[in-house]
Amino acid sequence: MFTALFVMTGIALVLGAGLGFAAIKFKVEGDPLVDKIDAILPQTQCGQCGFPGCRPYATAIAGGEAEINQCPPGGEEGIRKLADLLGREFKPLSEEHGVEKPKSVAIIDENTCIGCTLCIQACPVDAIVGAAKQMHTIVAAECTGCELCLAPCPVDCITMEPIAETVDTWKWRYPVFQIAPAALGTARQEA
Amino acid sequence: MINSPFVRKAASVQSVMLQVLLALVPGIAAYVWFFGAGILVQIAIASAAALAGEAAMLAIRGKPKAIFLTDLSAVVTAWLIALTFPPIAPWWLTVTGTLLAVVVVKQLYGGLGQNPFNPAMAAFCLMIVAYPALMSQWPAAGQLDFKTQLDLIFGGLRQVDAITGATPLDALRTALRAAANPDSQVHGLRAAQLMDGPAFGFLGGKGSEWIALGYLVGGLWLIQRKIITWHIPFAFCAALLVTAGLLWGVRPDAFASPVFHLASGGAMLGAFFILTDPVSGATTPRGKLLFAAGAAILTYVIRTFGAYPDGIAFATLLMNILVPIIDMKTQAPVFGHKKD
Amino acid sequence: MLRKLFKFHGGVKPQTNKERSTTAPIAAVPLPDRLVIPLHQAVGGHPRPLVQPGDRVFKGQRIGGADGNLSSAVHASTSGLVRDVAPAVMPHTSGLTTLSVIIEPDGEDRWGELDKVNYRSTPPDELRDFLRDAGVVGLGGAVFPSYLKLKPGKEGKLKTLVINGAECEPFITCDDMLMRERAGDMLKGILAMRHMLQAEEVLIGIEDNKPQAVAAVQAAIAASGQSGIEAVAIPTRYPAGGAKQLIRVLTGIEVPHGRRSTDFGVQCFNVGTAFSIYEALELGRPLISRLVTVAGNVDAPRNYDVLIGTPMDHLVRLAGPRADTDRYIMGGPMMGVRLPAFDVPVVKATNCILVGSEAMFPAPAPEMPCIRCGECAKACPADLAPFELYWFSRSKNFGKAQEYHLFDCIECGCCSFVCPSHIPLVDYYRFSKSEIWAREREKEAADAARDRFEFKNHRQEREKLEKAEKLAAKAAATREKVAADGATAPAAGSDAAPAAKPAPDAAKRALIEAAMEKARQQKAQAAPRNTEQLSPDVQAEIADIEARREIVAKPAASPLPPQDA
Ligand code: SF4
Ligand code: SF4
Ligand code: SF4
Ligand code: SF4
Repeated sequence: MFTALFVMTGIALVLGAGLGFAAIKFKVEGDPLVDKIDAILPQTQCGQCGFPGCRPYATAIAGGEAEINQCPPGGEEGIRKLADLLGREFKPLSEEHGVEKPKSVAIIDENTCIGCTLCIQACPVDAIVGAAKQMHTIVAAECTGCELCLAPCPVDCITMEPIAETVDTWKWRYPVFQIAPAALGTARQEA
Repeated sequence: MINSPFVRKAASVQSVMLQVLLALVPGIAAYVWFFGAGILVQIAIASAAALAGEAAMLAIRGKPKAIFLTDLSAVVTAWLIALTFPPIAPWWLTVTGTLLAVVVVKQLYGGLGQNPFNPAMAAFCLMIVAYPALMSQWPAAGQLDFKTQLDLIFGGLRQVDAITGATPLDALRTALRAAANPDSQVHGLRAAQLMDGPAFGFLGGKGSEWIALGYLVGGLWLIQRKIITWHIPFAFCAALLVTAGLLWGVRPDAFASPVFHLASGGAMLGAFFILTDPVSGATTPRGKLLFAAGAAILTYVIRTFGAYPDGIAFATLLMNILVPIIDMKTQAPVFGHKKD
Repeated sequence: MLRKLFKFHGGVKPQTNKERSTTAPIAAVPLPDRLVIPLHQAVGGHPRPLVQPGDRVFKGQRIGGADGNLSSAVHASTSGLVRDVAPAVMPHTSGLTTLSVIIEPDGEDRWGELDKVNYRSTPPDELRDFLRDAGVVGLGGAVFPSYLKLKPGKEGKLKTLVINGAECEPFITCDDMLMRERAGDMLKGILAMRHMLQAEEVLIGIEDNKPQAVAAVQAAIAASGQSGIEAVAIPTRYPAGGAKQLIRVLTGIEVPHGRRSTDFGVQCFNVGTAFSIYEALELGRPLISRLVTVAGNVDAPRNYDVLIGTPMDHLVRLAGPRADTDRYIMGGPMMGVRLPAFDVPVVKATNCILVGSEAMFPAPAPEMPCIRCGECAKACPADLAPFELYWFSRSKNFGKAQEYHLFDCIECGCCSFVCPSHIPLVDYYRFSKSEIWAREREKEAADAARDRFEFKNHRQEREKLEKAEKLAAKAAATREKVAADGATAPAAGSDAAPAAKPAPDAAKRALIEAAMEKARQQKAQAAPRNTEQLSPDVQAEIADIEARREIVAKPAASPLPPQDA
C-alpha cells in the first residue's frame, strides 16, 4: 500500500515539476497587442474609462472586454488610432465616460492648502510634492491632468488650469485649401 | 493668413497647358497640309465636348468652374484625342471618346491632378476596343477633300474600304506574318518594300513623317521652355530605336527599321506630349527614364505582334499602372545623403 | 587664381530688389521712449531675468542670464529704468507673448563697465563662456548661440571656416552694407573665430551681385596682411546663403540634416556674427544692437544700426512707410515671418523689416490641385520631392512624410515660389513638422507618466508588503509576549488592536477638521499683503476690486460640493 502511495506521490511530483518548468519555460512574454494599445492611450491614468489606469484598460480592450471609445483624454484622435490598430469601426467617444477637455494641469492654491496629504495619495503619477502639514505643490511638468486629486482635497484648493500655449508648443495650423482668395485682414486687425 | 514665401514666380497651370497647346501647332499645321482641314473640325468637336463634360462634372462635384475650365487641361486632352483618333472618325465617336476621357477617366477620379491614367489614351483604348473598325480608318494623304471629310464626319457616308487603305503599321504586321510564312502569297509585301512604297507614313501615305517632325519641333520647344524635361522623350526614342534596331538587325526583311518606327504612328506625339503628361507619368528623373523606356518597348511589342494599329495608347496605360511603384523606387538621394 | 566652385541642386532667382536700400550709408536711430527686450531671443533655453521693475540699468548690463547649456545672455541696450518684467508680444507669427524686460531709456546711453578679453591668451572654454555671457548669437536669422559653434571638431582643428556674406534673400542688404562699411572690424572678428577653431583656411562667400562688398572685404584682407583668407564671389542664386548650400558651393561638402558640420571639417558663420564677436572680444560690448534693413513699401529703404528692443514701428517711421502699409515681415520675402503687430521689438534675429502692402505682396492666385509637374522638385535645394511631401502632409501621413525626409527641408520656399498650382507647400511642411514635434512631446510625456504610474504602483505594493510584514512581526511579538505574560490579560492583546485602529483615524479627521476651520478663517480674512502704507485712493481701488471679487466668487462658492464627493 505504501508503495502505491509512494508511486502516486512520485508521479504527482514529476508531473508537477514538469508543469512548473513548462510554465516558466513557455511563459507568455507580455501581450504585445496590449503594449501597442497602451502606447496609444494618453497615460493620464485618470480611470475615466472605468479601469484603474491606462494599462488595465489596454488589457481589457485587447481581451475584447471593453469598447475603444471610453477614454476621454485620448479623445477622438485616440479612438481613431485604436480603430486603425485593431481594425475596428470608429465610434464617437462614449458620453458616459466623459468629454474631451483641453489639456490642463492641476494647481494647488498654496494659501489654502492645509497639508493633509490626501492629494498626494490620490495622484497616480506622484506629481504632488509636500509633507504632512506642509503646503503642497504640483510639479506641472509631471501632472497628467487626471483630476483625481480634486475630489479628495477637503478644502477644495486644487483647480485645473488649461495649459497655455507658448512659443515652444505653438503649432502651425493646417493650411486651408482655399479656392477663393482668402479674406485679407491687416496685420493689426489680426493681432 | 498668408505665410512666406510672399513672392511667387508668375506660373500657372493655365500657362503650362497653353504652352503645350502652342507646341502642338506645328504638328497640326503639317497634318492640315497633308491631310486636309478635317482635323481642325475634329479638334473643335473634341474641345467643345471636353469643356462641356468638364463643366457638367464640375457643377455636379460642386467645384468652381471659372478656375478649372480655364486651366485648359481639358483642352489639352481634347486635342490629343483629336490627333490620335482617325481624322474621319464620325463626330459621335470623337464626342464619346472625349466625354469618356474627361468625365470618367479624369473627373470621376477626382479631377485635375488626380487621374492615375492618361485620359486621352484611356479613351483611345476604350474606343478601339468598342469600335475597332471605325477607329482604324486612315485615309492617305491628299486622298479626301475637305467636303468629303465633312461628310464622313457628320454625314452617314461610310464607304470604309473604298476610301481607306491599311495603315503602314497594319501593313507591317501583315508583312511580318507573310515573312513568317513565306509560302503565303497574301499581301506579298516585305517590310523593306513597304518602306519604299507609297504608304510610308503613319496615317496612311506620305506626309506623316512631316507631322512627326512638327511634333518633334514643338516638343523640343517645350523642353527649351522647361515645361517638360528631356528624360521621357529621350528614353522613349532611345528605347524604341534600340529595340527596333535589334530585331531589324536580325531580320531586316521581316521587321521594320528603327527610323520607320520613330516616324510612324504616334511615336513623336507619344514621346513629347502623351507620356510627358505629368499627372499620370513618373516624376523622378530616373523614374521618367524607366517609365518611357518601358512604354517604348511595350509600344514596339504591341505594334509588331499585337492586334491593334498602334501600341502607344496601351503602352501608356500599362506604364501608368506602374508609376507609383516606379516613383517610390526611384526617389533620388537627398542633400547630404548622397554617396558620391 | 580662380577657385573651383560647386553647385547645389535647384534654387530660384527671384527679383533681388536690393539696389534702393544700398544707396545711403548705415544710419543711426534716435532712442525710442521704450525698449522691449524679450529674454528668449535665441535658439535654446529661456534666460532668467536678472533685474526687477524699478532697477536702473546701464547700457550693456546683463538683464537675462543664460540658463542651461543651450542658451545665451541678454543685455540692456541702453541705460535707463526697468519699467516692467512682463510678457510682451514677440516678433513671431503666432502673436504669442514672451517674458520681456521693458526699459525706459534715460537718454544718457551710458555704458556700464566693459571687460574685454585677449582671445589669444585666454583658454577656449573661458572664451566661449565670455561669448555666451556677451549674448553673441548667429545674426543670419537662425540665432543659434555662437559659442556652441565655436568648438573645433574631434581633431581639435578645422579645415575650412566659411563666412556667410551671401545674403541671397531679396530686399535684405544689411550684410552687404556691413561688409562695405565695416569690413576691417568684421575681419578682426573672423580672425578671432579662426583662432578659436584653429581653421586652416577662411572662405568668405559673397553673392556676385555685391561687387562693392567683395572689393571692400578683399581690400580689408589685403590690408591685414593675413594669408589663407579669401573673399569668394559666388553665383547669385537663392538660397546660396543657406548655410548648407554655401558650404556646398565653397567646399563641395554636403552636411546632412542632423549632423554637425564640424564633423566634416567646416563651420559657417554670418558676417554680422563676425562683427559682433569683434565687438564683444575687442571692445567688450555685448550684443545690444544690429544692422537692420528697412525695405519694401517705404519711400527710402535703408539700413539702420538698431538697438535690440526698439519697437519696429519706431524704426520704420524713419524710412517713410507708405499709406497702404498693412503688414511687417521680419526677414525677406522668401523665408520671412509675417508679424502679428507693428510695435513688436527688433530682436537679434531681425535682419530686415520688410514693409508690405497688398499691392506689393498680393495674395497668390487660388490654390489648385498638384499636377505633379515636378517644378518644385527641380527647384528644391535639398533634393527633396516636395510634391510627395505635400501629399503626405496634406493627408496627415506624417510617418511617410518623414520617410521622404521632411526634416531635411530647410523651408527655403523655392517650391512654393515655382509651383504653378500656387500651393502653399511650405505651410504644409511647417504644419507637419510642428505636428510631429507636438506628438513627440506628447509621447514623451505619456511615457514619463506611464513610468511614474508604474513606479507608484510598485511602491504601493512594496509598502503594503512591508506594512503587512511589520504587522505580522508585531503580532507575533505580541503573541509571544502574551504567551510569556501568561493569563494576566488574555483578551487585551487581541481586542486592543482593532479597537485602537479607528482611534488614529478619528484623531486624524479631527485634525483635518481643525485645519480646515483654520483655513476657512484664513480664507475669509485673507487680506492682500503690503496694503499698510497705501494712499487712500489706492485703498479705495483695492476695496473696489475686493467687492468685485466677492461677486465673482459667490456663484462659484455656493454650490460647494460636500466634502465626500
Ligand atoms: S480614461 Fe484615463 S485611465 Fe482610462 S485610458 Fe484614458 S487616460 Fe488612461
Ligand atoms: S496633480 Fe492631480 S491632476 Fe495632476 S496628475 Fe496628480 S492627481 Fe492628476
Ligand atoms: S510644383 Fe506644384 S503642381 Fe508642380 S509638382 Fe510641385 S506641388 Fe505639384
Ligand atoms: S521649402 Fe523645403 S521642400 Fe521646398 S524647396 Fe525648400 S527645402 Fe525643398
